[in-house]
Amino acid sequence: MATTEQFPTELQAHEADGSPAVAIEDLCKSFGTQAVLNGISFAVSRGETLAVLGRSGSGKSVLLRLIIGLQTPDSGAVRIHGEDIAGLSLDQLNAIRKKIGFLFQHAALYDSLTVEQNVAFPLLHHRGEMSDSELGDRVKQLLAEVGMEGHLEKMPSEISGGMQKRVGLARALALEPDILLLDEPTAGLDPISSAEIDDLVLKLQAEHQMASIVVTHDLHSAKTVADRLILLNQGNVTAEGTFQELQSNNDEFVREFLKHS
Amino acid sequence: MSDRKLLAVGGLSPLFPGQPLSLSSPERTASKWVGTEFLEWFGELGIFFWRVVRAGATPPFEFRELFRQLDEIGSKSLPLVALAGAAIGVVLSLESVQSMTRFGAKSLLPAALVYSVVHEIGPITTALVVSGRVGAGIGAELASMKVTEQIDAIEASAVNPYRLLAATRIVACTLMLPLLTLAADACGLLMGWVALASSEPLSFHQFITSGFKGADFNDFLPPTFKTAVFGLIIGLVACFQGMRTRGGAEGVGRAATSSVVLSSLFVILADVVLVKFIIIFFP
Repeated sequence: MATTEQFPTELQAHEADGSPAVAIEDLCKSFGTQAVLNGISFAVSRGETLAVLGRSGSGKSVLLRLIIGLQTPDSGAVRIHGEDIAGLSLDQLNAIRKKIGFLFQHAALYDSLTVEQNVAFPLLHHRGEMSDSELGDRVKQLLAEVGMEGHLEKMPSEISGGMQKRVGLARALALEPDILLLDEPTAGLDPISSAEIDDLVLKLQAEHQMASIVVTHDLHSAKTVADRLILLNQGNVTAEGTFQELQSNNDEFVREFLKHS
Repeated sequence: MSDRKLLAVGGLSPLFPGQPLSLSSPERTASKWVGTEFLEWFGELGIFFWRVVRAGATPPFEFRELFRQLDEIGSKSLPLVALAGAAIGVVLSLESVQSMTRFGAKSLLPAALVYSVVHEIGPITTALVVSGRVGAGIGAELASMKVTEQIDAIEASAVNPYRLLAATRIVACTLMLPLLTLAADACGLLMGWVALASSEPLSFHQFITSGFKGADFNDFLPPTFKTAVFGLIIGLVACFQGMRTRGGAEGVGRAATSSVVLSSLFVILADVVLVKFIIIFFP
């Protein structure tokens, strides 16, 4: 337990060193004989939003799972504030996970808990000195931030897909992370709900100044929320830069991807 | 895993890499494959159990979830277990009256009823009923959480799912089975007496005095506490099958079914070993 308590201080020290919040170095991941990620590298700093684009099955979601330690890479390194997560104990990894918010593709809300209990879940398990009333206030504040303050008692099955994503975002922000990972935040939503989620991500990013990585198929969404984009193809980073830089890229796959998006 | 399956189906034993292609019959190859799967399953179960023990034995302890599971597994199984115990008591009583009368041992009927209910019928009936109700419930619930990424979400929130989901359920099953067995035994004996008294003039006091005559704690404690092992098996197998599920609704269904089938099977097999163990150590 002592290690768990000490680790955030170490993270802050790394941050002061100027290390990027997330650094991916030569990352490889295969499933059986299928290589999904083939030595990709990039870095994301605090206050920056990176969009990861690519075809279905190009390893975008796997990349996020590797960053938060839900899967382990075959080789290469995932550095969070300069610390390679591969050699960490579970306590140390959990200390890092507390600083990372993760919005899952289908929100992954706990279906036996209400909206309020879903957002309270991370706080209940890592409440520290927080009293019950403070915890309740924090949950209400988080839900208000995502515009869901009127739905505290509803079950996840009683709210729409867009609302579930909002609640998922509130839960991801509960522990005040400095890194936010968003897996297809607008997938399966109508254009208006997608635009609302994009606006919400922009607002939260402006308020919290996190290092954000957004995995998406939605080029419009990527263009709206991201400062920088990378395009994955066959396990490699085919293109990297701003949206304008990608538009002027002459690579055949990049042009094809942008044309059909 | 899939590579190894392919190798096995193709005739190459994964246990002996480099062995040339087998010329054995398809039946033999299939049996080898089943054998490998069986060993793999047990190996994975052992690793899972070790992770649960390690997670469950270290703080922070999930008391809130444990109490919820004690209620879910214990209190909510009580009516079903009591009913099953009562029905078994009646059937056993009706059947025994016939056979004991035929062999002229009618006076031993209360003792026979008490011994059979407390020693074997109560524990095994309770375990099988709980396996059906709780095993399927845990298997389906955890499998559903797995396929909808809820377990990943727990892990991403820096909470250990082995501690929160598995350890609490396994401990609850282990603690509640002996208590549920006592309830099944009590209902079985009570209804056994009712069935007996409906044909013979026998007071409950006479029934109990005659049934428990010459009995000591060694007759009742080991058979009751062996159900803690049954609870451990039910909780462990159901959590394991649920948390290793793959695929969507089909995977959830498979996890629920296999949780019940495997936990019931292992309960019966464990009973064989435990009965022998009790006979040796508590003669």
